[in-house]
Amino acid sequence: MVNFLFHLLILMGIYTILSVSLNFMLGYGGIISICHGAFFGIGAYAGALISLKLGLPFVVEVVLAGTIAGLCGVMVAGPTLRLDEDYMSLATYAFGVIVFTVLNNWHSLTRGPLGLPGIPKIHLFSFVVDQLWSFACLVILFVAITIFCFTSWVRSPFGKVLTAIREDPVAASAVGKNVASFKIIATLVSTFFAGIAGVLLAHYLTFIDPTTFVIQESFVILGMVVFGGMGTILGPIAGALIMVFIPEALRFVGLSSFYAAHLRQLLFSALIILILLKRTQGLLGKEI
Amino acid sequence: MTLLETKGLGKNFGGILAVREFSLKVKRGSITALIGPNGAGKTTVFNLITGYLPVTRGEIFFRGERIDGLPPHKIVQSGIARTFQLVRIFPRLTVLENVTVALRNRRGESLWEGLVKTRRQKGEALENREKALECLDQVGLSGQKAQYAQNLGFGQQKLVEIARAMATEPELLLLDEPTAGLSQDMTTSVQNLIHGLKKQGKTILFIEHDMRVVMGISNWICVLNYGEKIAEGPPEEIKNNQRVIEAYLGSES
Repeated sequence: MVNFLFHLLILMGIYTILSVSLNFMLGYGGIISICHGAFFGIGAYAGALISLKLGLPFVVEVVLAGTIAGLCGVMVAGPTLRLDEDYMSLATYAFGVIVFTVLNNWHSLTRGPLGLPGIPKIHLFSFVVDQLWSFACLVILFVAITIFCFTSWVRSPFGKVLTAIREDPVAASAVGKNVASFKIIATLVSTFFAGIAGVLLAHYLTFIDPTTFVIQESFVILGMVVFGGMGTILGPIAGALIMVFIPEALRFVGLSSFYAAHLRQLLFSALIILILLKRTQGLLGKEI
Repeated sequence: MTLLETKGLGKNFGGILAVREFSLKVKRGSITALIGPNGAGKTTVFNLITGYLPVTRGEIFFRGERIDGLPPHKIVQSGIARTFQLVRIFPRLTVLENVTVALRNRRGESLWEGLVKTRRQKGEALENREKALECLDQVGLSGQKAQYAQNLGFGQQKLVEIARAMATEPELLLLDEPTAGLSQDMTTSVQNLIHGLKKQGKTILFIEHDMRVVMGISNWICVLNYGEKIAEGPPEEIKNNQRVIEAYLGSES
């Protein structure tokens, strides 16, 4: 039972990093992204490959994998700067499909559908993180760093300009702000942290394959942000906690795994529909 | 001394010649009005000067340096601020935030500075708050500073936009129909505000349809019709200019 709680904590933590980072670019920056899961996957594969092939120190691996994810984010952000919301959805969705396809087909790098097994344990200075509780502590550390960073940025002048850009990019440039630069930087940090979440997942599962990062993953993360409350600090955290907890808690209901998987999807959809009907600003969202 | 100059400015939208051979010199410290019937190309001229539209032909000089071809945010940074015909405030930011975000060179607008809050930053944050409040004071909206901008009435939103433009510390203010849609009271307030801005040393170029305002405060008037300048001069001359009267009222035939 205790092990299950740690498992829950780890998953909640990883998804909190994902939802908080997505919320920064989406909720505060107004940059539509339906491919956050792709950067999650890029970070996971980058981290896995770095630790399998290069054996670099964990801190280096995290920064490197995050940077790779971040640069991919910039690669998407650049050409899509002037797309309006509908086309941005299409473009980011397409990117998500591309990433999955690449992960699934670049056999020489990713072993395609065979996935990457045997991802080594994390060595942090002289510690080996091979216990569930120590892994949970590590995740919590990263969650704390993530929340600290994004909260600072949101409250800083950078965050205010970003919000202004969300409200009206034309007006933002009319007060001297380089809108393109702010959007790209916001995307960079958001996808960087998504990559870090990926690294954590890779080491937790010790095996990743492309199906872990299908396009639905991006919708799940988006759902957490929307459900919890876009554009607030606590919203995405609440969204991640609740939406990880509910399906995982289903394990105790005693259903066979076949039904549980479908029930999870059903529940997820039900929560989204409920929030969109009853409280569009999200659970902790502000009604302005 | 000429602060802003356009030379032979032209703008095509496909086959439509929106602005043609538009040359204007705006003197430093003056209040210049840009008038003309609807569709004459006035806002297009504004959009060309402020970099929102690429110039098809001609050049624009600000303080003697060419600015056509620069992106809008760079033009603002060089000292030209504008307001929009249909107000473009930041709806879900408070009035104070609307103005604060426009201030120049704020520390903390980079990722690193946003993360590491130095004591200098905190000091500057207080200074900036003061500056923003001053801008709000000038337009008489200090009392609304905590209100979300979208909750304000239209006229007040226009004032927020002016305060916000002031926060960028411009030398030249481009006001696009500042009194459109305002009551008589508010119109007079805005008129006095513009006058006050001139006293502070600002140069103003504004588009306006309200002739009382135009005649009341302008030093110089430039008249556009169908994208071309048809007249230019002090209010007295323009008032009696035949071509101008025809443009607005049509000719007797």
